[in-house]
Amino acid sequence: MTKVLDVKDLHVSFNTFNGEVQAVRGVTFDVTKGETVAIVGESGCGKSVTSQTIMRLIPNPPGFIKEGQIVFEGQDLAQYSEKQMEKVRGNDIAMIFQDPMTSLNPTMTVGRQITEGLIQHQNMSKQEAHEKAIEMLRLVGIPSPESRIKQYPHQFSGGMRQRAMIAIALACQPKLLIADEPTTALDVTIQAQIIDLMKDLQNKIDTSIILITHDLGVVADIADRVVVMYAGKVIETGKLDEIFYQPKHPYTWGLLASMPRLDQDDNTELLPIPGSPPNLLNPPPGCPFAARCPHAMKVCTEQMPETTEVSTTHQVACWLDHPLAPDVKPPAGAVRGE
Amino acid sequence: MLKYTLKRLSYMVVTLWIIATVTFFLMHLLPGTPLKNEEKLPEHIKEQIMEKYGLNDPLPVQYLNFMGGLVQGDLGASYTQDGREVSGMIAEGFPVSAFIGGQAVVFGSIVGLLLGLIAALKRGTWMDNLSTMIAVFGISIPNFVLGALLAYFVGVKWGILPVALWESYASSIMPSFALALVVVAIISRYIRTEMVEVLDAEYMKTAKAKGLPRRTVVFRHALRNALIPAITILGPLTVNIITGSLVIEQIFALPGIGEYFVKSIVNNDYTMITGITIFYSILIVSVIFIVDILYGIIDPRIRLSGAKE
Repeated sequence: MTKVLDVKDLHVSFNTFNGEVQAVRGVTFDVTKGETVAIVGESGCGKSVTSQTIMRLIPNPPGFIKEGQIVFEGQDLAQYSEKQMEKVRGNDIAMIFQDPMTSLNPTMTVGRQITEGLIQHQNMSKQEAHEKAIEMLRLVGIPSPESRIKQYPHQFSGGMRQRAMIAIALACQPKLLIADEPTTALDVTIQAQIIDLMKDLQNKIDTSIILITHDLGVVADIADRVVVMYAGKVIETGKLDEIFYQPKHPYTWGLLASMPRLDQDDNTELLPIPGSPPNLLNPPPGCPFAARCPHAMKVCTEQMPETTEVSTTHQVACWLDHPLAPDVKPPAGAVRGE
Repeated sequence: MLKYTLKRLSYMVVTLWIIATVTFFLMHLLPGTPLKNEEKLPEHIKEQIMEKYGLNDPLPVQYLNFMGGLVQGDLGASYTQDGREVSGMIAEGFPVSAFIGGQAVVFGSIVGLLLGLIAALKRGTWMDNLSTMIAVFGISIPNFVLGALLAYFVGVKWGILPVALWESYASSIMPSFALALVVVAIISRYIRTEMVEVLDAEYMKTAKAKGLPRRTVVFRHALRNALIPAITILGPLTVNIITGSLVIEQIFALPGIGEYFVKSIVNNDYTMITGITIFYSILIVSVIFIVDILYGIIDPRIRLSGAKE
């Protein structure tokens, strides 16, 4: 299994008037070829910043990479110049954004928006790029692509725009696709279509996917592995089954318990996680989740737990995993029956 | 696009008809008659003159005659300048006014565009501040003050450019510049504000994520979207220049159309007033029409909503 991407101890901060906001504080994960890794967590946990940092799309200033490496095919992207990044973006790594209503240029035809990447990276002529763009639109399931290609984004529906975004992103057959909440702005039936499309295309062009989401339903549908982030840190990571069936971190329990389930009887209430994440201007010295954690111990507020291995594929950063910690069972709502 | 254009065009004709009608009736409400030294004229001569120019006809008849002439492009003879046709006088003065004004709009838009672009791309630097300063000067200094200052310093004291009259190309530089400064100021502000907003738009991230060079991202993706509001304001700005030129032409003693206009109102020169008003209206309505068309070219959303079946 070759690693396509290996993010090592990534720290990203933003300089603001109030001081340095540490949005990402030591994130480590990897993506192997053909794999789909989901990064989950609530708003402000640093998942979007992480993904945009991989593409080096964080505006600098105010944002900057404080520490760490982003190794893509043996090269550290964190050290790349803007010129070098231009060759990577869109060509080797592509990105889909959250809101298809605003992420397409309103004054440019859909076709032009697909072809410009092809012309830029693949040395195609206009004619070749045009044909390739039609092929891409057909591939993402847009009917009569020959006429659609001449249209503007406002003539597309939300779901079709996201399909067009996928066509733009996949046109150059990137090795890695980063999808930043690709279904959040779409209605549920379209969400399912888009996820199916991504799965289907992943097989066809053999790309790896990083999926940023807070929708665990989407995660269950497409991900091979899950990275759970909280307050700029990875607190648990494992294979899909490990996260869903043997979650170790109380935050992961909370996420799972707050998700509606079909196999539950109607009377079981969803459990929200009380409280809100810490201010990343002054992150707490201990576990960032300690303040909201029902099982927090004294050590949790004082020291950040080490990342420990539950299995070779499953890691967690929680003091409860320590041999001296009391044995705590996850709440009923968080446990999935096998 | 054709349907959109035709629709705009028909609006334009209706607008002009309303303007012509309103001007005609308003003018007849002005006190006095076009006759000079009215009280000294013998009654029968007065009668003759009124007859000659059709001023004794009932108002509706006069109106119909006037509209009939207008449709054929005939604005009538001037009442005060003996034997001269209004259209002839406009044809004589307008090229000068148009040249000064046109040069001001073109120069102002280009400089304003560049200034706004630089300010937006170099946000917060000295270049941004400089462009803000120029804009504040441009908006707050009236063009007649600037015109007078230019005439005094550049023309009289330093003798770099001709102070007045219409002799060579050099004569047009100062008046055009005096008119252009406000265009520079307003266009640069609009472009800057809009660029700053567009550069933060989501689709900028998409463009960047495609790996396009910064130059392409800025010019191909951002500028086009940032131009839309600037184009909207270009219409009223051009109108501003046209009216501004009335004063500027006086300062630099230019043989433009402005002087005729001012005099005609003082003299109750009916045909001249209507003639020039209608001429200016055509000009302004045309500018707005062109802006509308440009709009449709730049922003496909407007073009299509105008052409819905």
